[in-house]
Parts: sequence; C-alpha cells; structure tokens
Amino acid sequence: MRRERWCSSLAEAISRALPHAQGGARAVLEQPDINRALIRISHEILERTKGGENVVLLGIPTRGVHLARRLAAHIKQFEGRSVPVGSLDVTMYRDDLRLRPARALGRTELPADGIDGKVVVLVDDVLYSGRTVRAALDALNDLGRPQAVQLAALVDRGHRELPIRPDYVGKNLPTSKSENVKVYLEENDGSDAVLLLKGDER
Amino acid sequence: MKRHLISAADLTRDDALLILDTADELAKISERSIKKLPTLRGRTVVNLFFEDSTRTRISFEAAAKRLSADVINFSAKGSSVSKGESLKDTALTLEAMGADAVVIRHGASGAPHRLAGWVRGSVVNAGDGTHEHPTQALLDAFTMRRRLGPLDGRRVTIVGDVLHSRVARSNVLLLATLGAEVTLVAPPTLFPVQVGSWPCEVSYDLDAVLPKSDVVMMLRVQRERMNAAFFPTEREYSRRYGLDRDRVARMPEHAIVMHPGPMNRGMEIAAEVADSPRSTIVEQVANGVTARMAVLYLLLGGAELGGEI
Repeated sequence: MRRERWCSSLAEAISRALPHAQGGARAVLEQPDINRALIRISHEILERTKGGENVVLLGIPTRGVHLARRLAAHIKQFEGRSVPVGSLDVTMYRDDLRLRPARALGRTELPADGIDGKVVVLVDDVLYSGRTVRAALDALNDLGRPQAVQLAALVDRGHRELPIRPDYVGKNLPTSKSENVKVYLEENDGSDAVLLLKGDER
Repeated sequence: MKRHLISAADLTRDDALLILDTADELAKISERSIKKLPTLRGRTVVNLFFEDSTRTRISFEAAAKRLSADVINFSAKGSSVSKGESLKDTALTLEAMGADAVVIRHGASGAPHRLAGWVRGSVVNAGDGTHEHPTQALLDAFTMRRRLGPLDGRRVTIVGDVLHSRVARSNVLLLATLGAEVTLVAPPTLFPVQVGSWPCEVSYDLDAVLPKSDVVMMLRVQRERMNAAFFPTEREYSRRYGLDRDRVARMPEHAIVMHPGPMNRGMEIAAEVADSPRSTIVEQVANGVTARMAVLYLLLGGAELGGEI
C-alpha cells in the first residue's frame, strides 16, 4: 500500500521534471537507496570523528538542510548523541551572482554554541563544480573558526572546477555536462528520488 | 523589481515582500562579529546628497560598506554645485566615474526621476522634496513586521505634518500594497490637496483613532519648509496632535510608537514616550541599515541588466 503510494508520487516527480528534459528522466536512486546511503554516511561520520563528539552538521539550503537533519536523526539513533544541526546560506558568497538576476536568500541558522573549535560537516545534495562549497567555506570564515571542515554530499556527479573533494559520498554518479541531476526529498517535494535528466546540449 | 527605486509605488506586493524577507535574513549579519559580506565587491555606490541628512546618509553608507561596495560620498556643500553646476552635469560626472548605483537626496520633488534618465546605474531615491522616501517606508514596514508579524489588516495611524512629509506618502503607498489600513491624522491645513486620492483614510481627531491603532507613527513638524502659518501656536499643535503619556495609555496594549526622526521632543512626541519600550525609534535606525542592504543587494547583486526578472 505504502509502496504503491510512493511509486505514484515518484511517477509524479518524474513527470514534473520531464518537461525540462529532452531525452527523458531516469531514477538513479530511489527512496530505500537514499535511506541506505544516509545510514552509511552517518556511520562514516561517527567513525571518522570518533563518536561524533564536537560535530556540527551544517546543511546548505534547501535540500542540504533536510539531509543534515536526517543524518542527525540517524546519529541520534545509533549513538544516542544529539548532534547540533544548522543551515548555511551561501547566496551572498557565490561567484556567479552577476550571471543571473538577484535571487532570494536562504536561511542561515547556526547552533547556539556556534562553530568555533567544532568539526563542521557541510551537507549538500549534489556536488558538481565545487563552487557552492567554495562559497560555503568563505561564509564559514566570516562566522567563526571551526577546528576542521568536512564535506558530505548525497550525489557526486564529477566535473569539479576547483580543488575540492567530498569526505562522505552517497553515490558517485558519472554524468555528462549536458545532463542534469535533480534530488527530490520527502520534506520538500513529497517523495524521495534522485533523477538523472537528459538535458539539451549546453 | 525595476532597475530604480524612485517611488514606493514602483514596488509590487511580491517585490516588497522579497525586500522584507531578504532584510530578515540580512538582519542576522548585524549580530555577527564580522558584519561584512563580499556580495557587491567592486561595485561603486555614490551617495549624492543635496540636502542635509545624518541617519539616511550614514545608513546608506553602512549598508553599502557591509556589502563590500565602494562608497563615494558627495554633498552639495563644498562641491561644484556651489559653483552653479547643474544636476545633469553632476550626473554625467558620476556616470564617467562608473557609478553602479546613485543614492540621491534632493530638495526638488522629481529630481531622482530626472536623474534616472541620465545615468546607466540604478537610482535610489533617498528623499526628494515633499514627494517620496521609499527606503524609509521599507524600513518602517520592516520594523512593524518584526514587532507585529504580517501587516495584512494591521491598522497604522500616521500623525502630523503630512503636507511636507515624503515619509507619509511613501508609507501610505507601501503599506496599502502590503495590505495594511492606513489612517492619516493632521490639522486640515497640513493635508495636501490630493490626499483624497491616496489609498488611506483621513481624520482630524487623533483621540478617536488611537484606540484602534496597531501602529502610531508620528511625523516631524518640518518648520524649515513652513513658509505660512499652518497652526496658531506650537503649544496648541502639541496639545491636539502631540503624543503624550495619556494618549499612549489609550492605545491598545500591543501597539507601537514610531518616528522617522529627527524628533522635536516635546512638540509632536513627549520625551518619555520617545524613550518608552513601546517606541521603536532606535530600532528603526538599526533596521534602516538592514532594509537598505536588502535594496542595494536586490538592485545591484544580480546580473548587469538586473530588473527584468
């Protein structure tokens, strides 16, 4: 029953995405895959940070924030530790602001204890050129001095334009630049899915 | 959003809400230890002030600097204007220096509108004659929204020298766009002739309006613009239209008192009211920087031909 409902909403998500894609869309990750990937990343974070002490999860709006909350929930479940979660909007630090009309800002919310001396794990949905992460590093610089910064991404689709690599990856997804990767999450879009859209040649 | 901000009427409801939402996010910057964003790096903002001003000029300067723009301050005193240079020639000079935005205050209504036809950058009206002061209206709306929540259906009373007030006109236009109900209160001599066409109510009796106001905004009596006898004496004006402790007691519990500054303490507002916790006067100054950052970001932060969103 539940499974059926989920499938129909996935179909909806695909049909919503289809008009933007010429060659069609393919689901690369489905809800159970996303869940497994996030569980694995949570364990890896706990492993790398020796139990998650001193860790702060900062999601990059919009979907990175939802992913960060899910990771925190898993960590709480496995280790019983509540890891602070925040959001970090990087719009004002982007290097492509002048290429598009001014856009609305996302929310920046730091945990009450701040980020000084913490291990900050940045969480984003798709890692592509690396420019968003560069902007996030600049933004962090103005907010405090973390002990270390790590990067978690649900999908790494390659084509980096900066010397940036993720510490935790949900799925490595080889793509061509003409394709488009779209992450749908329950909290935002009604269902979980990662779609690969065959875009027009750009 | 349009390329210039000349009048509060230029803003659609969506534009106005976008500015206020952006300001909400930017407000957190002023609480940080590093109050600086790199967003407008390499852009030049010229503050062109033909009239005296402290808070508006400083506020625009702080806003532009927090966004990392370069700021050039220009005041008519001590410039070529005192040698008789025209507004147009001044504008062409600025144009040659590559100003991305010009913030202008001028004694003549309509000066920013003329300027917008001469320069390539964005023009922001920081007060023109008795016409408009849109960023003041934005910071006032921002202050109200922070204190009272969404403005739909809120009752705002604006009291005082409406005739000479650019703040009143901009506030009426913006607040109507945002869904608030505005009532103007003043002696009949201090209303402009066309006030009937404004989207607001008009009253001559402050005491009747106070009990149903969520916001009471006092306007400064602009003696420097008064060349006729608009009211018999200052004492009489103060007694009928000044906000004192007794009148504040007649306002609803949650209602706030605002004033765009500079105040004539004892004239339109009593000192103890201005300093009370219900007064947002100091808050308005802090919010001014934030609201102006939002305006500058949305006008200058995007593509070069920003505006056609």
